[in-house]
Amino acid sequence: MKNYTLSNEPTSATCPACGLLCDDLILNATGSESVKNGCAKSITFFEQSFQTDISASASLFGKPCDLNTAISAAADILRKSKQPLFAGLGTEVQGMRALMRLAEKSNATLDHMHSESTVRNTLTMQNSGWLTTTLAEIKNRADVILAIGTDIVSSHPRFFEKLVWNTDSLFNKPTPEIIYLSVPAENTQAGIAPNGTPPTVIPADTASIPEIVNALNALLHHKKIKAETVGGVAVSTLQAVADKLKSAQYAVVVWSAASLKFSHAELTVQSIVQLINTLNENSRAAGFPLNSGDGDTSINNTSTWLSGYPTRSRLVNSKPEYDTYHFSTKKQSKLCDALLWVSTFNPHSPPDIKTPTIVIGHPNTQLEHQPDVFIPVGIPGVDHAGLMFRVDSSITLPLKKLRDNHLPSLSDVISKIEASL
Amino acid sequence: MITLLKNGKIYDPAHKKDGVIEDIYIYQGRVIPKPLEPSKISQTFDLSGKVVMAGAIDMHSHIGGGKMNIARMMLPELQQKQAQETKHLTEPEAHICTPHCSHNTTHHSIPSATDTGFRYIEMGYTAAFEPAISPVNARQAHLEMGDTPMIDKGGYAMLGNDDYFLRMLAAKKDQKAINDYVAWILHATQAIGIKVVNPGGINAFKFNQRRLNLDENNSHYQVSPREILQSLSRAVHELGIAKPLHVHCNNLGAAGNFETTLNTMGASDGLPMHLTHIQFHSYGTEGDKKFSSAAAQISEALNKNKHITADVGQILFGQTVTASGDAMMQHLNAKHANPKKSVIMDIECDAGCGVMPFKYRDQNYVNALQWAIGLEIFLSAEDPWRIFLTTDHPNGAPFTSYPHLIRLLMDKAFRNETFAKLNLDAQAMSNLASLEREYSLYDIAIMTRAGASKLIGLNDRGHLGVGASADITVYTDQADREAMFSKPDYVFKNGELVVRDGVVTKVVWGATHTAKPAFDIGVEKGLKDYFDKYQTMQLDNFKMSNDEISHDGRGSIVVHDKASL
Repeated sequence: MKNYTLSNEPTSATCPACGLLCDDLILNATGSESVKNGCAKSITFFEQSFQTDISASASLFGKPCDLNTAISAAADILRKSKQPLFAGLGTEVQGMRALMRLAEKSNATLDHMHSESTVRNTLTMQNSGWLTTTLAEIKNRADVILAIGTDIVSSHPRFFEKLVWNTDSLFNKPTPEIIYLSVPAENTQAGIAPNGTPPTVIPADTASIPEIVNALNALLHHKKIKAETVGGVAVSTLQAVADKLKSAQYAVVVWSAASLKFSHAELTVQSIVQLINTLNENSRAAGFPLNSGDGDTSINNTSTWLSGYPTRSRLVNSKPEYDTYHFSTKKQSKLCDALLWVSTFNPHSPPDIKTPTIVIGHPNTQLEHQPDVFIPVGIPGVDHAGLMFRVDSSITLPLKKLRDNHLPSLSDVISKIEASL
Repeated sequence: MITLLKNGKIYDPAHKKDGVIEDIYIYQGRVIPKPLEPSKISQTFDLSGKVVMAGAIDMHSHIGGGKMNIARMMLPELQQKQAQETKHLTEPEAHICTPHCSHNTTHHSIPSATDTGFRYIEMGYTAAFEPAISPVNARQAHLEMGDTPMIDKGGYAMLGNDDYFLRMLAAKKDQKAINDYVAWILHATQAIGIKVVNPGGINAFKFNQRRLNLDENNSHYQVSPREILQSLSRAVHELGIAKPLHVHCNNLGAAGNFETTLNTMGASDGLPMHLTHIQFHSYGTEGDKKFSSAAAQISEALNKNKHITADVGQILFGQTVTASGDAMMQHLNAKHANPKKSVIMDIECDAGCGVMPFKYRDQNYVNALQWAIGLEIFLSAEDPWRIFLTTDHPNGAPFTSYPHLIRLLMDKAFRNETFAKLNLDAQAMSNLASLEREYSLYDIAIMTRAGASKLIGLNDRGHLGVGASADITVYTDQADREAMFSKPDYVFKNGELVVRDGVVTKVVWGATHTAKPAFDIGVEKGLKDYFDKYQTMQLDNFKMSNDEISHDGRGSIVVHDKASL
């Protein structure tokens, strides 16, 4: 039996595996099958984390070396680099604070591994703003939930369990009505209420989401639509959705920018925002953008208060610059002269870039091409404490250290690299 | 070991010193009496002819927390403009801006945490207080303030729209239970005061109410803003914390709201309350445009009601961003956003927020009159100990425009010259030009130092007496008060020289000021049940420990006790 925790007593934990950041987990010393309040994602996360090789050694081109040698090799690479790219950025607040200091010293460009999705939301917010809500408001107020292009549970498994099918709510609201738009029917099981009431499922191609949302907007503005169907959906069906949203006490529209995989998806997010704004002229409704994980919300917030900008950003002579187009990993992979890849929650591999590469991350990171430097570090919320922003950005929760080992934290390693620059 | 500040002109209203020439001795971060052994003086600054004040304290400035980060995220264009005009040098001078920054309001409406600290200390401010910490967001607010160098900080926790409190009020829980909850919130959020924003209104907006007047009920709880103010002002008073309840009245920004403000002054039955950014709550409905100054009525009431203090929330012209917990009124006013965008949030059965960019224009009737109303209030308030200099940063203007505001208050000719350039209809509706008053250096020292320290209960700050923390600002006495207050000769933080000629010479980290009144821990029983049933985090994770602020070796916590005043 694997010893999971510092003591043999059950230990409460906060799970960083998704944006819900559930802090009601209880880990038993006996193994993952007894993670209380766990979900598919959290069990996988903790199992994977506890199976890591805690004796993993740093390496240079695949050859084991001690930590200090690896740190000075990493510092060498950054010292010689004129425009390094810090990518991945799978970390929490404290790790990001350290990375920002190092970025300032080394004129780095910063981009998170999931920012392709995040940027779709950020651009919308910067263009028109939005009206959003948080988990406890959904739990206590939502009576209609419209999920657009996302089944929610694939990325945020306990959403329905914790926030929708809860029996206790502050205002005695009815059991919420669930509407899935453009979600495969086989993925809508979570939307079946405990009493068996099925959700409304409106099938449509992802590519049709823009026109369907625009049609909903038109209907909310009492415009007549001459066509009988829009994006393959009957206009009468959309009218019924519009009516439900309008008559809701508190309608919540959920989307996941990650699932809107078509060009200029920010315009669709903007249409969703308009829909919510229109509803709020007479009744109450709010948006709920899902995130993608690996600390995306945490690093964006930290970057913003430290430099004034979310990622994709760059520090030039400690002056921050911001450009969501040019500072993407994809663009920068052709321009950068060094790569620092960070992924501490999951063993994500770096992109294959032909520059000197430093990988600092999960001890189980599988590396196809041996990087110049690999430094395994502890997993936040398992090997060391940390701080994490929830999907709704309003809540920051502490992550706990759950076990003892010699793996350094990302911020320790980064601070040492910074010191030896 | 001992630092001597020699022959300065001391403005220290806490000790009734109005420009007396005196020496100040500093040892281990504190002001000490004249030492018996002069040989121990290791450093002497000749301050002959210089003006010496305690470090300034901003008692209301949005410097940290979710809504400021939303503002930054939403408005990269403002920051890009700011960055283009920012001179770049190596550290620590890396954060020095152009000589014009203090009076150009396009700058610094949303500084990063780092810039916030630098910009404040460069003006001689050594402390600033975040007035709107939503309890669920306290950790983020303290993280941002923890990354704000140079100055001391602290915050006021928002209550009065949270469902836990409103349930208690609706259930007619006794005052002791309310007091315990309020004290528990102060501990859990590491705050020094309690604020209420649009009492009951932010909550009512979640039930689709769009306005809430002082005696109108929240539709769900059937309690009124007046009851909320009574309960919270009494709790704050009975707990014995120094900072009176910080009140952002109902109906912010609405024509005719002055009546709500006047009535609010009476809502606490004579217990102390602080009405914040009162300029935004001093509007009448006279004239063709149905928008007029009610500064005269507000000032008269303020002068009469000795239990009321206020800060002004002056607006100054230019681009800024408004960031408020008042989701209800920000949603209502979002149509005025410039550029046209806004972020509104309902937050966690606890609070709300509304953030939108705003451009105050001197040729716009309403904006010009808002400018005049703020100054009318400043100049008509008789007691400088009960009125405070703020722009409600960044809502009326960035805090970097304080030197400009000080000049407007101290220099009648300059004020009238500016007034004469404004929208003519607005000029016709204001009596500003007839107000003769000019603030003195002593008045400014009260408003920005001694008064602010007394209001918040900072004990050893805001004055220069023996035992005071040696936060000290030294200015060259100049006729141009804006130039004078933009660039102090020296700023000392805890006795260390950190700014010379308006330039940061050493980076230091200030403390976080808190109040922690005693309470019955039994309050957690009801809270635990509530969190388990209705909230989405564990009670234990809601609470912030001292260690979270001090563990990195930079931050520290100071607990203030009214009894030690």
